[in-house]
Amino acid sequence: MTFMKTILGTASALALTAGAALADPAIIFDLGGKFDKSFNEAAFEGAERWAKDSGGTYREIELQSEAQREQALRRFAEAGNNPIIVVGFSYATALETVAVDFPDTHFAIVDMVVDKPNVRSVIFNEHEGSYLVGMLAAMASKTGKVGFVGGMDIPLIRKFACGYVQGVKAVNPGATVFQNMTGTTYTAWNDPVKGGELTRAQIDQGADVVYHAAGGTGRGVLQAAADAGKLGIGVDSNQNYMFPGHVLTSMLKRVDVAVYNAFKDGSDGGTWTSGFNVLGLATDGVGYAMDSNNAALVSADMVAKVEAAKADIIAGKIMVHDYMSDNACPVM
Amino acid sequence: MGRQETVAPAIELKGISKSFGPVQANKDISISVRRGSIHGIVGENGAGKSTLMSILYGFYKADSGQIFINGKQTLIPDSQAAIAAGIGMVHQHFKLVENFTVLENVVLGAEEGQRLGPSLAKARALLVELAREYELEVDPDAVIETLSVGFQQRVEILKALYRQADILILDEPTGVLTPSEADHLFRILRNLRDQGKTIIMITHKLREIMNVTDTVSVMRRGQMTATVHTTDTNPAELAELMVGRKVLLRVDKKPAVAGDVVLEVNDLRVTDSKGVVRLKGISFQVKAGEILGIAGVAGNGQSELLEVLGGFGRATGSVKVRGTAINIASAAQGRHRREAGISHVPEDRNHLGLIMDFAAWENMAFGYHHEPKYIRAGGLMDQAAMLDDTIGKMERFDIRPPNPRLNAQSFSGGNQQKIVLAREIEHNPDILLIGQPTRGVDIGAIEFIHQQIVALRDAGKAILLVSVELDEILSLTDRVAVMFDGHIAGERITAETDEKELGLLMAGMMEGAA
Amino acid sequence: MGKLPKWADYALIPFLNVLLAFFVSGLVVLFIGEDPIKAMGIMLKGSLGSPRAIGYTLYYATNFIFTGLAVAVAFHARLFNIGGEGQAGVAGLGVAFVCMYVDWPHWSLALPAAIIGAALFAGIWAAIPAYLQSKRGSHIVITTIMFNYIAAALLVYMLVNVIKDPGSMSPQTRAFVPGSVLPTAKEMLGWIGVDFPRSPINISFLLAIAACFGVWILIWKSRLGYEIRAFGHSESAAGYAGISGFKITMIAMTISGSLAGLMAINTVMGEGKRLVLDPVEGAGFIGIAVALIGRSHPLGVFLAAILFGMLYQGGFDLSFDMPKVSREMILVIQALVILFTGALENLVRMPVTRLFLRFTKGAA
Repeated sequence: MTFMKTILGTASALALTAGAALADPAIIFDLGGKFDKSFNEAAFEGAERWAKDSGGTYREIELQSEAQREQALRRFAEAGNNPIIVVGFSYATALETVAVDFPDTHFAIVDMVVDKPNVRSVIFNEHEGSYLVGMLAAMASKTGKVGFVGGMDIPLIRKFACGYVQGVKAVNPGATVFQNMTGTTYTAWNDPVKGGELTRAQIDQGADVVYHAAGGTGRGVLQAAADAGKLGIGVDSNQNYMFPGHVLTSMLKRVDVAVYNAFKDGSDGGTWTSGFNVLGLATDGVGYAMDSNNAALVSADMVAKVEAAKADIIAGKIMVHDYMSDNACPVM
Repeated sequence: MGRQETVAPAIELKGISKSFGPVQANKDISISVRRGSIHGIVGENGAGKSTLMSILYGFYKADSGQIFINGKQTLIPDSQAAIAAGIGMVHQHFKLVENFTVLENVVLGAEEGQRLGPSLAKARALLVELAREYELEVDPDAVIETLSVGFQQRVEILKALYRQADILILDEPTGVLTPSEADHLFRILRNLRDQGKTIIMITHKLREIMNVTDTVSVMRRGQMTATVHTTDTNPAELAELMVGRKVLLRVDKKPAVAGDVVLEVNDLRVTDSKGVVRLKGISFQVKAGEILGIAGVAGNGQSELLEVLGGFGRATGSVKVRGTAINIASAAQGRHRREAGISHVPEDRNHLGLIMDFAAWENMAFGYHHEPKYIRAGGLMDQAAMLDDTIGKMERFDIRPPNPRLNAQSFSGGNQQKIVLAREIEHNPDILLIGQPTRGVDIGAIEFIHQQIVALRDAGKAILLVSVELDEILSLTDRVAVMFDGHIAGERITAETDEKELGLLMAGMMEGAA
Repeated sequence: MGKLPKWADYALIPFLNVLLAFFVSGLVVLFIGEDPIKAMGIMLKGSLGSPRAIGYTLYYATNFIFTGLAVAVAFHARLFNIGGEGQAGVAGLGVAFVCMYVDWPHWSLALPAAIIGAALFAGIWAAIPAYLQSKRGSHIVITTIMFNYIAAALLVYMLVNVIKDPGSMSPQTRAFVPGSVLPTAKEMLGWIGVDFPRSPINISFLLAIAACFGVWILIWKSRLGYEIRAFGHSESAAGYAGISGFKITMIAMTISGSLAGLMAINTVMGEGKRLVLDPVEGAGFIGIAVALIGRSHPLGVFLAAILFGMLYQGGFDLSFDMPKVSREMILVIQALVILFTGALENLVRMPVTRLFLRFTKGAA
């Protein structure tokens, strides 16, 4: 594996020697719990896959309250666990203090940047993946109208939306993109009923492809699209199988890969790197899913155009705007 | 009467004992009740009458002793067994389904088979028969809640008879009845006795014992102190047996020396939250140095009258204290009433006069707790002052046990009432409102309480006394107003009226100008 | 029936209840194939075994003391304040306003202001259901529950639309300036040269102890407390005595709400240093159990709150050291404690009462 950017690679690799026997990696899930059918669960799958491949064991914990974030980090660090992965941006504050107190322990945080010498901050170029599925959506659409249903209205999800719209407009500058966010709180990640309602509303306005970035809410989005005979686009993991023939593709965000890599790099014989770890198209951290379930929906011509765009993005010929770089989207 | 003694007694109890923790409620009680007689059981509150009857009816299990019914030893583990043994019970508080008809209540729990029809038909026939036989007339199709308490009581008796009870236990049966209803009840009981039924009547009213029973047992502190033929005894002797010392049954009092009008009530009207008119224009006056009695069957507006005067009920009309109008348009005026010189011994000390979970010293300031003598700096209660205050009052009113830290509920009814009286009387009011001064109070304490009330009158205070006990009204008051259905049915000089006339007024059968 | 001596009522029975709850919890632990004795040991060690463990235990206990006192005060007026959750949430807003819109130079100035802010917001939030109950007859249990939802919605609205930190992913405020952050036990003990590890326990714990004492004075020593208890024991008798039910309901609920609100000082100003979407995390409901177990007495509430603090913190260690014990299992154990100490209280009380009666009778 290669990484796009590596900053501050000054982590003390020697640290591993002392508690090597105890140095099982550890993972701390967010308050949603590891079986949230979304983000945490993907992280869990990555950890499981690492355990299977390497034959190693790891520690994990789910939390009950905010105050436990720091506590859990400390406990694992004190117990000699290394590396320690925290899943979710909410851990940033806790990690900032704990990472300083345990300079010899490696930490990784997903979806957030914590600028400490022993912390790997894994972030994804969701806008790039969303750009590609946006292109596919525009090519598959007969009406020239497509939809986007987000989960909780946070900058991260707007980043998805912005990349998606750019992809759509790249194919069909005159296309219309309907956008809705499910809500403003954490419940928005798990409200399939509302997700379905929003999707039906968009379909009623003429949308025939709807992309979701809404966690558990997305099930309702895909269901509604399939029920109406339209197309949905999945997110995070490959969701093509959920409604075969009705899911155009899925925007892959490989949290599992991030966890897998962190475990692998941080354990014996691995090559840990701290700093930003941006997973984008080049590293297959994001992408679009093709399998037998959607083979009939995506023609070879469409794949060819998307692959070309992908190569251009990697090569820097196409610049997809990242909403979070300036909290603005030029096409919206 | 005049049956041979060879017949086995209907009920015979031998050596019954029952204790609740350290309290011995029944101690080695033996009693024998002849078949076809009315047997009275008297005793003060807490003497163990109700416990004994509960054992007989299967609510409690005796610690030791035996029960013989008609000469046969019988175990009564529950009320089903009691019914099977031919025992029926009429409770003080009726156990009727309010929105069922008489007939439905009678068969309830004694239905035969799944279909109600045959049971009802059978019951109807039986009801007609019983009504003729015992003067137990009740409309079988009337709904319970539309019946007066006298009729509801008859339904309870019918229920027992329908279950073929030969032995009938009545617990304080006249507590809620007018004198004429009580007389009717006694006629029914005599009829039942003459037909061979055995009746046990628990009461604290000595007059009724003398009036209706054949034999009477007296209980005191869990023990049976005497069983005598009623004809061989008299109320004074019974009272002495109950209390354990000589008791003055009549109140000694001089004629009233009435002064100026202190309390003036004009056209008082109250409509309750359900829209029912409770007071329909009440007017009266109370002068200094006299006791005005308010007689009447419970529930004819007396409670509402006391609430308004006591400052926790709303009304229209006017109330003047020494010529100055007081606010009756809003509730929560208790403090202003007390400041205006009105003290109030409420009729329901359990729910109004006392906080049962409060210690005596806390109760002794209740309603006056804002007075400076109980308050220290910073709004804190002056516990030491309150304790001192209570110890003094307990001594002067002979409250036992004289422990100010005991909760109100740990005192007997009489001593609870004395706590309230001590609190209200020692506040030295101009006007004392007093409701049911001796309800649930033992005879010994009644004497004391009556003396206190008369003494207050003689000190020139105006006293408004509400009581459902005609004896009390007749022996204590100077004037009496009878309330019926929210208005005053008549007013009399106590010395110039009698029980019969008041009874008619109470029943609403005689309207007399005030 | 006879009565139990006070010590049995306040100490023995709750103790037996808790014991029984742990016994059943042990069976549950056994059922999933772990050693219950070992689990018990982990929980004890995890909650009291080290200064840091104690710090966390007392941090949680601080929340439960406030919400438990809140329920207790209302309960003395026979009012069931189920709304601690919402009242504390709204108080979080109050604390956040105080801490965000004034750049406090020092926490000792920020704290009194935050107390006022928290008490004011939560007190008003509790006073509305009190008003609805006494003037409109809406049952306070229903209204306080509904107000929990309204509070949650209000918090969401404010955090998303009004006071959100623009740079943040989650709906939360920006971090408070250092002058608005309460000193932790580590700092405070550091002033006197004692080394204490990092943990979220902060000066709010002392505030909670003061609140216990204040509630004791209020309920058992003050005239207002006398009236509150009288009203609680018998509304009709209170009316007779001239105590206004409306006044007592309003005052008792306002005090109750304010106490619940003070827990926001602990979580928002002490631990989070910012307002997050759910600053209460169920402590409002735990407060009901705490008041129940503590017999609505401040000392009982204090001890029960410590017990629940131990359950929270020990539970965390249990799931940490025994991965088989999931966080749902911890919830089950907490629920069992509530069940046995609250709902099934008579299970223990009746046999104990009988035992006492037999004993006292034998002695007599």
